[in-house]
Amino acid sequence: MSATAQTYFNELADYITTQIKVNEKFTCWLSGESSDFVRINQSKIRQAGHIRQDVFSVDLIVGKKHAEASFRLTEDLETDRRKLLDILQSLRQTNDILPEDPHLLIAEEVNSSENVRSENLATSSNAMDSILSLSEGLDLVGIFAQGELYRAFANSFGQRNWYSSSNFNFDWSVYSHGDKAVKCSYAGVEWNEATLAAKLEDAKKLIPLMNHEPKVIQPGKYRAFLAPAAVNELMSLLCWGGFSRKAQETKQSPLYRLMTGEESLSEKISICENIADGIAPNFGPQGFIKSPTVPLIQKGKFTQALCSARTAKEYGGEHHGASGSESPDALELAAGQLDQTKILEELDTGLYISNLWYLNYSDRMACRMTGMTRFASLWVEDGTVQAPLSVMRFDESMYRALGKNLIDLTNEQEIMLDPGTYFERSSSSSKVPGALIKDMNFAL
Amino acid sequence: MVTLRNRSGSGYAGTSVVTEKGLQEAVQRADRWASLSGQDPLIDYSSLEMNSLKADYKSRVDKSWDSSTLDEKIKLLMTINHKLKCDDRIVDWSAGLTRVETEILYSNSAGANIEQSFVFLMPSIRVFANEGGETIRRSFVDRCHQGGLEILAQTQFHDRANVLAAEAIHLLQSDNCPSTSCDLILAPDQMMLQIHESIGHPLELDRILGDERNYAGTSFVTLDMLGSYQYGSELLNVTFDPTVSGELASYAADDEGTKARREYLIKDGILKRPIGGKTSQHRADISGVACTRASSWNRPPIDRMANINVETGQSTLEELISSVENGVLMETNLSWSIDDSRNKFQFGCEKGQLIQDGKLTDLVKNPGYRGVSSNFWRNLKGVSDSRSSDTYGTPYCGKGEPNQIIRVGHGSPYCLFSEIEVFGGDK
Repeated sequence: MSATAQTYFNELADYITTQIKVNEKFTCWLSGESSDFVRINQSKIRQAGHIRQDVFSVDLIVGKKHAEASFRLTEDLETDRRKLLDILQSLRQTNDILPEDPHLLIAEEVNSSENVRSENLATSSNAMDSILSLSEGLDLVGIFAQGELYRAFANSFGQRNWYSSSNFNFDWSVYSHGDKAVKCSYAGVEWNEATLAAKLEDAKKLIPLMNHEPKVIQPGKYRAFLAPAAVNELMSLLCWGGFSRKAQETKQSPLYRLMTGEESLSEKISICENIADGIAPNFGPQGFIKSPTVPLIQKGKFTQALCSARTAKEYGGEHHGASGSESPDALELAAGQLDQTKILEELDTGLYISNLWYLNYSDRMACRMTGMTRFASLWVEDGTVQAPLSVMRFDESMYRALGKNLIDLTNEQEIMLDPGTYFERSSSSSKVPGALIKDMNFAL
Repeated sequence: MVTLRNRSGSGYAGTSVVTEKGLQEAVQRADRWASLSGQDPLIDYSSLEMNSLKADYKSRVDKSWDSSTLDEKIKLLMTINHKLKCDDRIVDWSAGLTRVETEILYSNSAGANIEQSFVFLMPSIRVFANEGGETIRRSFVDRCHQGGLEILAQTQFHDRANVLAAEAIHLLQSDNCPSTSCDLILAPDQMMLQIHESIGHPLELDRILGDERNYAGTSFVTLDMLGSYQYGSELLNVTFDPTVSGELASYAADDEGTKARREYLIKDGILKRPIGGKTSQHRADISGVACTRASSWNRPPIDRMANINVETGQSTLEELISSVENGVLMETNLSWSIDDSRNKFQFGCEKGQLIQDGKLTDLVKNPGYRGVSSNFWRNLKGVSDSRSSDTYGTPYCGKGEPNQIIRVGHGSPYCLFSEIEVFGGDK
């Protein structure tokens, strides 16, 4: 599929090259996938199907004016070429009317690349056979997604980039009753039934604990351990404007007070964008190559924000080839010193939070977040798990939780592949440790 | 997208490759998934009849998009932008117009044929004011409707900029909302979020049946509550209504071919029915509404809100305000978070205004409130009449695996709640 799609994309890019006028330039972008999606409830198939979609975008540039349009490829070359001609004509008319874009920056330096990751995936039906047979008797609910993703860029300067990857992402939970469940995931590029079986066994062992009478705690401040999946939720919300240069310049970043030095984080906090270790393509829709590693926060101090070409043009300085949202695609939070095997001992008495859910800012400029505990979050006393926790709402500033109240981060990080599938399957990932925090505020 | 049923099973395939070969491949893939899902089905599709409805629908458009040139639209937005940048403390500002046209054709082997043509208009204005480490946002983003450029006049789009910018600057200089328990009046542009999160989502039947437990969550509502549960005070009346002309999620039929009808979800405070379409109704053996929708051709249909509206009451807004001895009026959603059972929530607003001895007084910044859905609506003690009611809509309701976002509408009057925990910002 890759070679065919790549050839087809290049044919269309070459065709545009022959159709543009002397004073015109273009960039084009392909975002495609051929994915199976199987939704599961009560360890049975709820909805199963396949999506094949190729979205092709073209940006026509004349001087400092430009206009963009997208359409879905039919794979019939004549049909798609006719569509492209119509679009180019429409974009020309739009460009005649549009004012100049003062922040337009074009990737004129040619940086072509090809990154094809061929993988050893099971067929989706075989993987589903494994999932359904191994989960028999359990109340398993979730989504299995598998298939090929591809991204491509081309422009009138001759740059050509191609990225394709096949992977699977099985995001699931096993329920005991009500809202009590163990959340798990199994994602990667090589399906292994034994690995899935081991993960299911681990989940099964926790189910009896989920059946215990849940511990109800009163609002107040508690010592809490946040497992990597929970820390990842904090990082995901921080990525909403927190590391963006544009948000910094317009004073909207939730980390703005860190940027100005008014606030600080613990010296244990070091965060970087690590495209080199992620699974996302290293180029974007404008054709700029992403910096392999960008230190964002080092030892609790703001280092730099992620910067797109457009923002660099507006505010000056160098860009990192970041996307328009200037949000990390492969965030890494550095590990700490906390021994992974002594978490309960170090927690002593407090909350073991396996997952957080539905985070948002309760005071964005104070980097104060709120959100809920979810899934197998536990009450621990004297280093021993006592009971599942009735869901609790935290409301806390990260300048406290990841500042003076951060005791330590675990000495091991967990790699998480984003299971998100809005519009298309995500290629984002993250690598984060767990965090032990004192006096974390729970409000409801 | 093609959906095939094979005895008990069902499978789908969506493709952008609409050649004969591409469609054949889609049919084969759908058939394979139908066969596999039918081996040990969660839902027995062999006993679920398909609809045979014939219908059509067109959004009403009084003033077409092309009645104004692109140049004129750009000039309008630039004029609004100039008005927004009225002070050095305004650090970011924008205005936009988004129009979407969508055509949906549904047909099936039972003879259904439904053609629907939608036109959506989504105007937006955002302005940010800053001083020191404090930045305040005011916005106008949720007046999304079906229709044409007539919506701009109906929503006073041209006149919003000066007020929003002035309020952002005023709020910068205001105190934080106090932390206390008091009366709370929510404006329609915050009620839309309150309705959405703590009535709409918990009433979705597929959540109640467990489909969403791994992602969007479950529900504190259970099937045995239908028909008897006291969801709110007797002032609470909530309808599922895809028949309101111009509201964002109006249609003639859902994506299973079920005819759209207005239905009470909650009447006089009592829970009447869930938001569940034909398939979910079949699974739970209860009645529901025409709500099975897909975000686009590349996602399968699931239970979705359409327009979920709180019906108007008898009080004027002035009467609501004058009945409050100590309280806060909050406007325009800024932050939203709720637990996976849709019970414990915490919401933030852009603008707060204190109410003391029946009168609106000082503006307060960073206003927020928290509560529990199952108690909150029982504290509803005032609902304003149609003169202060308004309709809103958002294109960003997220749910489902694979994930999908969809358009929903919410109409509401001002509502007064008693004894609500409110709070402000950190500094």
